[in-house]
Amino acid sequence: MNATPAVEAIDLVKHFGETRAVDGVSFVVPQGSVLGLLGPNGAGKTTLVRMLTTLSVPTSGTGRVAGFDVVAQPTEVRRSLGLTGQAATVDEILTGRENLKLIGSLYGLPKKYVREATERLFARFDLTDAADRMAKTYSGGMRRRLDLAVSLLAAPPILFLDEPTTGLDPQSRSGLWAVLRELVSEGTTLVLTTQYLEEADQLADEIVVVDKGRVIAAGTPTQLKDRAGRASVVVTLTHAADVDEAAELMRSCCQEVHVERGSRRLTAQAGGLGDMTRIAAVFETSGIALDDLGLARPSLDDVFLHLTGHRAEDASTPTNEGVVP
Amino acid sequence: MTTVQATRAPAARPPISPPSLLRASSTIVWRNLLHIRRMPEMLLDVTVQSVMFVLLFAYVFGGAIVVPGADYKEFLLPGIMVQTMVFSSAIVAMGLTSDLQKGIVDRFKSLPIARSAVLVGRSISSLIHSSIGVAVMALTGLLIGWRIRNGVLEGVLAFLLLLLFGFALIWLGIWVGSMMRTVEAVQGFMFTVMFPLTFVANTFAPPESMPSWLRAIAEWNPVSAVTQACRELWGNGPVAPPEAAWPLQNPVLVSIGWSIVLTAIFAPLAVSAFRRRSRD
Ligand SMILES: Nc1ncnc2c1ncn2[C@@H]1O[C@H](COP(=O)(O)OP(=O)(O)OP(=O)(O)O)[C@@H](O)[C@H]1O
Ligand SMILES: [Mg+2]
Repeated sequence: MNATPAVEAIDLVKHFGETRAVDGVSFVVPQGSVLGLLGPNGAGKTTLVRMLTTLSVPTSGTGRVAGFDVVAQPTEVRRSLGLTGQAATVDEILTGRENLKLIGSLYGLPKKYVREATERLFARFDLTDAADRMAKTYSGGMRRRLDLAVSLLAAPPILFLDEPTTGLDPQSRSGLWAVLRELVSEGTTLVLTTQYLEEADQLADEIVVVDKGRVIAAGTPTQLKDRAGRASVVVTLTHAADVDEAAELMRSCCQEVHVERGSRRLTAQAGGLGDMTRIAAVFETSGIALDDLGLARPSLDDVFLHLTGHRAEDASTPTNEGVVP
Repeated sequence: MTTVQATRAPAARPPISPPSLLRASSTIVWRNLLHIRRMPEMLLDVTVQSVMFVLLFAYVFGGAIVVPGADYKEFLLPGIMVQTMVFSSAIVAMGLTSDLQKGIVDRFKSLPIARSAVLVGRSISSLIHSSIGVAVMALTGLLIGWRIRNGVLEGVLAFLLLLLFGFALIWLGIWVGSMMRTVEAVQGFMFTVMFPLTFVANTFAPPESMPSWLRAIAEWNPVSAVTQACRELWGNGPVAPPEAAWPLQNPVLVSIGWSIVLTAIFAPLAVSAFRRRSRD
């Protein structure tokens, strides 16, 4: 397949005076895939999204969306994308329904389509009961969902989401993840920024880690995790009394066996699933009772620590939505 | 270069037909007027406040201000209407800053419409906003004895002059609104500018009684020319005394001239400030 990439960033740069908000970022997002832009506060994620969605003009470099240049062909770019910015951009004085009517009319969409799409989107985002209330009476999560509904009104093939779940409770977050997966399954390309490592892991096919305006790592979630160290096998015994015997047994077949003092857990370095099945077989024949046996991969938190030397959360208290940068 | 064909069936994408500048602007006007309907208190500045001004000046200060050859209430009404029109620039500035601050402008910018639609829409709704104020003023005036004493044509011309002057000052509002970051800052700034601009003029008292340096400023103030024009066109006051500065001798032409000059100064400033703000 040699289809045009959905999104391309080629050496994008944006300076605000002395601040190098984005300092030479490149990546390619194939059609139908999900790119996660991961980075702490001030990394330049929002600035990147703003450049790619024509809200901000790059200092240098090239951005293309659906094959169109963001500087030279902004109107074509805008026709191809949907955007949910970091701060909700709904009109608080209008009702939910009026917000969609407003945007539908600015896209020049047929009225009938807007009416039907509104019903469909409100049902999907659980806003039907609130459709005729002013958006200022909405909770933060409802505003986010309304914002997303607005972004989806024209059924854009490419959707940009800037920290879509910041400020949502865990339940709303996983609800939103489900909706995003559904969109992807329908063929939508997603570019989403997040400070939540778990979110990138859950949704993204490719992750680009940015810090201080530069790309510090890129790859699939698995590749990034592999870079932070190898996986390990974690064994949890049923009886603490078996620890010594179990440790002996594991040393016979694995490297770097650790016993967590005072617990019933042992870990050993593992190359992959093969090691795990081997250990499982050994315990099977020995008759030592196990509560659990599993493969633990380093989390993206570990990856971040490994790449930047600081934890992602160190630099950031997640910003509340609605806060203007 | 080929473009992305969405992976899904093309039928799933609705036809997008970007609206003309006029249609996009009128959609934005619809939205801004809906705000006024939902929050009628937004009109307080041009209604209750202006009525209060009329009553205060007509009945509290009116006795102390002598206007040779005119009834004070008649003299006052055109001045207050011009003041109301001048306030459109503050209204447009606050509305624009609020939209920028809340990210609504970002939303509009992400749509396939002309960016100027945001400005055009704002300007038109602010003019409507102030015109509602002028209408309320006119009704209040009629109740307390103000009348249009000349012909219909002159009467209408005066209202058109008011609109033209309001339009010119709207560019000042867009300029200020594009440069400032919070509505509070805009409000503080605009009111600091608006009050001297509308008081150091012939709006509430004849400039003849001012110290000579202040009188010179007042007579050259564009607000005075527009006020004088309205007074003459409506037959609400005497023509300017022969020693008054020449703008007051030819108020209608000078009002048109000022409106053109102010537009020529502030429109480019406003557009470039909004553009600059739109690049970040
Ligand atoms: N309009 C602007 N003017 C000046 N500096 C800016 C502007 N926008 C962003 N910056 C600066 O650019 C840098 C990157 O900001 P950006 O908002 O892109 O980061 P981010 O990764 O989105 O952070 P967050 O997670 O907090 O949203 C920051 O240092 C920020 O202060
Ligand atoms: Mg951001």
